[in-house]
Amino acid sequence: MIANVPEIRISQAQPQPELGSPEGPRPADPALAEVSAVRSFLLSRGNSAIADRGFQWLMVLCALSIFGIVVLIAVELVLRSQLAWSKFGFGFFFSAFIDPATRLPMYWDPVNGHFSALPFLYGTLVSSFLALLMAVPLAIGVAVFLTEMCPRVLRGPLAFLTELLAAIPSVIYGLWAVFVLVPLLREHVNPLLIRLLGWTSLFNDDNPTGLGFLAAGVILAIMILPIISSLTREVMTAVPHSQREAVLALGATRWEMIRMGVLRNARIGIVGAVILGLGRALGETMAVTMVIGNSPEIHRSMLANGSSMASVIANEFAEASSDLHTSALMELGLALFVVTIIVNALARVLVWAVTRGAPAQVH
Amino acid sequence: MRYGDQRVGEYKLTTEHKMRARIRALTDGAATGLAVLSTLLVVAPLVAIFVYLVYKGASSLSWAFFTKNPAPVGEAGGGMANAILGSGILLGVGSLIGVPVGISGGIFLAEFGRGTKLANAVRFTADVLNGVPSIVMGIAVYSLIVVPQRHFSAFSGGVALGIMMIPTVCRTTEEMLLMVPHAVREAALALGVPNWRSVLSITVKTASPGIITGAMLAFARVAGETAPLIFTAFGSPNWSVALNEPIAALPLQIYVYAISPYDEWHRLAWAGALVLIVLIVLAVSLVRYVTSRGVLKGAS
Repeated sequence: MIANVPEIRISQAQPQPELGSPEGPRPADPALAEVSAVRSFLLSRGNSAIADRGFQWLMVLCALSIFGIVVLIAVELVLRSQLAWSKFGFGFFFSAFIDPATRLPMYWDPVNGHFSALPFLYGTLVSSFLALLMAVPLAIGVAVFLTEMCPRVLRGPLAFLTELLAAIPSVIYGLWAVFVLVPLLREHVNPLLIRLLGWTSLFNDDNPTGLGFLAAGVILAIMILPIISSLTREVMTAVPHSQREAVLALGATRWEMIRMGVLRNARIGIVGAVILGLGRALGETMAVTMVIGNSPEIHRSMLANGSSMASVIANEFAEASSDLHTSALMELGLALFVVTIIVNALARVLVWAVTRGAPAQVH
Repeated sequence: MRYGDQRVGEYKLTTEHKMRARIRALTDGAATGLAVLSTLLVVAPLVAIFVYLVYKGASSLSWAFFTKNPAPVGEAGGGMANAILGSGILLGVGSLIGVPVGISGGIFLAEFGRGTKLANAVRFTADVLNGVPSIVMGIAVYSLIVVPQRHFSAFSGGVALGIMMIPTVCRTTEEMLLMVPHAVREAALALGVPNWRSVLSITVKTASPGIITGAMLAFARVAGETAPLIFTAFGSPNWSVALNEPIAALPLQIYVYAISPYDEWHRLAWAGALVLIVLIVLAVSLVRYVTSRGVLKGAS
């Protein structure tokens, strides 16, 4: 299991006998006398094998704690969601309770104890999809500009700016979205969308607040952009220069070189970067909670209020009305955990497949 | 072989060729334009956010913001002194847990486990754990610590933040240690220094600027986390330093104030956001400055 580092064994596992013994009387040679002085000093401090073993095991233990954390999270979530699981089973994710009086589906009704994850699955998927739709072309554009076109002087500052975008906390994005983005959407963008694209029934004017799926999608797009673009950049830099030179030598224009020489070679990694961005978008909580509108309903309109898996947990967990309610929220959390683990694992495998040979770098 | 002045296979530029060349040039120009445009579109919200933050936040910042606790609803004044202190305590507890464990994990990956299956699995798990939503961390720590204890506490919030720091610190430490030349390790071992001592005082010390960078990045990342604190640290209107009581935190307070209906609280939310972002940007810029000066000064 644990690798033995070859250089280390030599110096420690072999104590006295080798040094000096073939060389005849030791004290005659001053250099050797000095060596043995160092050696006897080291020996006087005792055998370090135990300390070494202990140190190594301590490090292994810390590394293993990462597995421990994942297992612990999974076990806790599974245990605490037992109640909802035994009551609803798989139906939690597929079915809805139909209200006998109004014949309308009731998805999330803590008062009467009906819980279904459908509106949250829908909200999470729709807002993440909108975010990807906006962020992916922009992120690839930025990555292309920064790696292939940008003057060297601008590259550093621009890369830093996009990284800064990743460092802004999600609650500040939310604050900005509530006070700047949502009014902007409400006053200018939404009326335009309704007028131009109202016929698709994807945009209608039922909701005058400006909150909703679109607002969540836009803020998510801004938030996942730096992740996608920095990974895309990394993948594109990993494409060997000879590829670019070969395509250019055939007389390609710069765009043709980027398309055929770079993007084509980096496509698997770019897909990985996009999936990683998706993973972030699925689990993003605060900013989405502040702008999605928070109602457990399914609407076709992108301008309607909705709710995502993360946002409903953030909103209701602290004041859950019953054990079943808590348990249902835990099950949503478990679903989110499993989905993001799968999505992230997939993304990592894809990105690794491309950048494996490239030198390590810190993001 | 000579052809004299007779040309072989004369190449004529037909109109079709010219058209194609023009189309290709136009496509090239359009692609460049689109790339520039998207870069501008990405920088725009960043600038917008910063301008707004500074504009709104600076006008609300005052001495009272740093020295007073939140005022009751309807009363003017008040500040976020308790939230700033609370964030400091939470981050302190988080760093105490996250940084040592993360660095040790990184040491294992780079020094002992290089190339083994176990190390690959740990590395992969760390990367995946990095992508687990913070709200999931929040409810996991809630059911792990808050439920058995039966009350919200600063300690549980610190644990949540610490857990979130581990994968980042671990991976950056590993990457930094991998950059330390082998000769440095060999020199230490050849002098008869025990392995643990060589790792700690030679390898880790050589890579320490980079490791500190990684720790600060992780710190900056969790400093703004709100979601894992909602059900663990919970927030509090009072000045509190006790680890087993609910405690206020800057991001949490910003969230509560932002979704409140009071203008006075909105003002404070902007001021809090400005303070938070200045702290984070300072940390990130410092990191950037240190890395750009050469991560491994001692090694080269």
